[in-house]
Amino acid sequence: MELDPLLLSRFQFAFVVSFHAIFPVFTIGLASYIAFLEALAFKTGNPLWTQLSKFWIQVFAVVFGMGVVSGIVMAFQFGTNWSNFSYTAANFIGPMFSYEVVTAFFLEAGFLGVLLFGRNRVPQGIHLFAACMVALGTLISAFWILSANSWLHTPQGTELRDGVFHVTSWTESIFNPSFPYRFTHMAIASFLTGSFVVAGVSAWYLLRGREVEVNRKALSMCLWMILFLAPTQAVVGDLHGLNTFKHQPMKVAAMEGNWDTDVGVPLLLFALPDRDLQANRVEFGIPRLGSMLLTHTWDGEVPGLREIDVEQQPPVWIVFFAFRIMVGMGLLMIAFGLAGLWLRRGQRYCQTRWFLQGLRFMSITPFIAVTAGWVVTEVGRAPWIVYETFSHEQGLTPSLTGGMALFTLIGYVLVYAAIFGAGLYYLFGVLQKGITVEEEELSDQADQAERPMRPFSATHVRFEHEEH
Amino acid sequence: MGNIDLSMIWAVVIAFAVIMYVLMDGFDLGVGILFLFAPDEEARDVMMNSVAPIWDGNETWLVLGGVGLLAAFPLVYSILLPALYIGVFLMLAGLIFRGVAFEFRFKAHKSRYLWNWAFAGGSVVASFAQGAVVGSYIEGYQTEGLVYAGGPLDWLTPFTVLTGFGILVGYALLGCTWIILKAEGYIQAWAYKLAPWLLAGVLLIFLAVSVWTPSVDPSAFERWFSAIRWIWIFPALAAFFAFQIWRGLRQRREALPFVATMGMFGATYFGLLWTRWPYVIPPNFTLWDAASAPESQLFLLLGVLFVIPIILVYTAWAYWVFRGKVRVGEGYH
Repeated sequence: MELDPLLLSRFQFAFVVSFHAIFPVFTIGLASYIAFLEALAFKTGNPLWTQLSKFWIQVFAVVFGMGVVSGIVMAFQFGTNWSNFSYTAANFIGPMFSYEVVTAFFLEAGFLGVLLFGRNRVPQGIHLFAACMVALGTLISAFWILSANSWLHTPQGTELRDGVFHVTSWTESIFNPSFPYRFTHMAIASFLTGSFVVAGVSAWYLLRGREVEVNRKALSMCLWMILFLAPTQAVVGDLHGLNTFKHQPMKVAAMEGNWDTDVGVPLLLFALPDRDLQANRVEFGIPRLGSMLLTHTWDGEVPGLREIDVEQQPPVWIVFFAFRIMVGMGLLMIAFGLAGLWLRRGQRYCQTRWFLQGLRFMSITPFIAVTAGWVVTEVGRAPWIVYETFSHEQGLTPSLTGGMALFTLIGYVLVYAAIFGAGLYYLFGVLQKGITVEEEELSDQADQAERPMRPFSATHVRFEHEEH
Repeated sequence: MGNIDLSMIWAVVIAFAVIMYVLMDGFDLGVGILFLFAPDEEARDVMMNSVAPIWDGNETWLVLGGVGLLAAFPLVYSILLPALYIGVFLMLAGLIFRGVAFEFRFKAHKSRYLWNWAFAGGSVVASFAQGAVVGSYIEGYQTEGLVYAGGPLDWLTPFTVLTGFGILVGYALLGCTWIILKAEGYIQAWAYKLAPWLLAGVLLIFLAVSVWTPSVDPSAFERWFSAIRWIWIFPALAAFFAFQIWRGLRQRREALPFVATMGMFGATYFGLLWTRWPYVIPPNFTLWDAASAPESQLFLLLGVLFVIPIILVYTAWAYWVFRGKVRVGEGYH
């Protein structure tokens, strides 16, 4: 059997990056939430906010720790499997990645330690400041990574000379055309992720009747966030889509399952796109709505996939279905936001069982939506790494064999399964323990003042769950 | 480009990041290598606690070195990583396992032995892989045009296995002398007993590598023996530091063995750099061949020169906060 190093490398990259991305998507949102709670506690002096913040700081510590560990692999992944791409694009992506690391250092150097362990050692104002800086730091890290990624989709401010990209303008390349949309879309996605996870956990506590007062407050706050953010995300997503339509029309054609350039194209709700057939086997949609959404006229012309050679088309069905999964999750989120508003009268939102049960399950939807969204944008760029300039095939490490790629792919899957399993298992232990901190642990914390600590030291939960 | 040689500045920055990494992660990897040989579980608690607050700061130098290479010397990044493909995977897997062991071991009861193994195994694999990289660097890389053209296991030869063991034993010595510095009582006594054997092992392997190197790479022979050169100052220094380690151990000094081991590592490292200078991808490419565009080097240099002093201050502060002995029963939970 012939193993294809190109396909295996793409699988490996997708696996490693998806696995890694789960953590920052959550921590970016959670860091801002913690900063917000700290600000509320600072302003109102209400101990409930502090209690809530303490609890989520524990979760943040665990997730941040795992994100850092999985991030180390990313720093080497580009060189091992995509060495030609690394060499060609290094003048731009090298400084971008490095600045991300520099930002992360800066964040870790000063403020994370103060946030995790400094509550009783620095004035409350300083602690709040540290919380804000950590939140800002996570966003700045995202800034660099998303700028590098956006440049792959809409390369600008660079020119290809002697097989190497040279930067002609830093502002044009960093703030390339798709960057503002991608960054906004991703930032809101992170906030939604934070909101749904916090809402889901609060709902779970409420279902068990635990710490009702504080969880009701947390849930209420999240429901307001969701009510405003979920529809905003739909609008931002639409704008991002229009930007993609302008710069990468073939990606949009794959998202829409549109093969033939035509006027008045429908909006397909469901279809079975077939690349061999160069058409959809089955399709079902709303007439002319596709044109309306993309060109803002009922008769607008929309280019189809047949405009380009088959080899240059992205794998249509992956993009098509991933897009629908993302949009489906988004619509569910909007629905839950509205249901929360409707249930607000008489505080029914924290008593209605179906709603709370639903929120529990909704806490995984942002992760599905974000992963699906990345699949749309990344697979939709295929076969290009740098859009219409540099392909996956050109970027692959020349000395890489299928066997080597398979070896490390299996290796990373096993390593991550072990680590992720342990981390998730531990996280559930933290959640099970709940929000209340017992007296004995508080005194324990106080006399730890001069002891060495790790991020996980922020929690006081055993690895093995206690039997209940 | 003006009269500043940015590539040279970057070479210094990256050489600095690498030696910082080797010296600092070296001793906490060494603690991991010795982990399963510790007298008892209590000693393991103390050993882990002695490096827990600082190890991840140590490892940040590796990440900085990695992305710094991509930005400043992309050719090194795009030739070395494919050449070391399997070794890099083993190193990363090792670092991941030992990294999470720090977090989970103290939270675990029944499964603690698993995290002990993860910590020790991860440290051994990562250290050996790093040693093999050093060996492969001495041997050089087979390239065609601007890409690596060798096989997946070219980095694994008898010579690199020897250098792999060299780094393994060397890190163990660093870890052992670190334990002497940070522990007391029976744990320190155990380390005092172990250290001379590790020192002997290191010297033996270093000697073997030195004798073997000229036959692996004739240009190294040329550089060392064609005339009396300044380069001989490094082995002289290494020998001096080795003597100091031995003296420190005999006199039961606490800090001298550790400091002298660092000195020995430093002297060996600079000797190796000098042997290869200015080739960054032996035997074909110099640091100027491998450099990225000057505007990219400059753009990043501004940020890096800003942040490196901050990292150094933070690191120094962390070591200061956690100075002194680590005692049984103390430490994070």
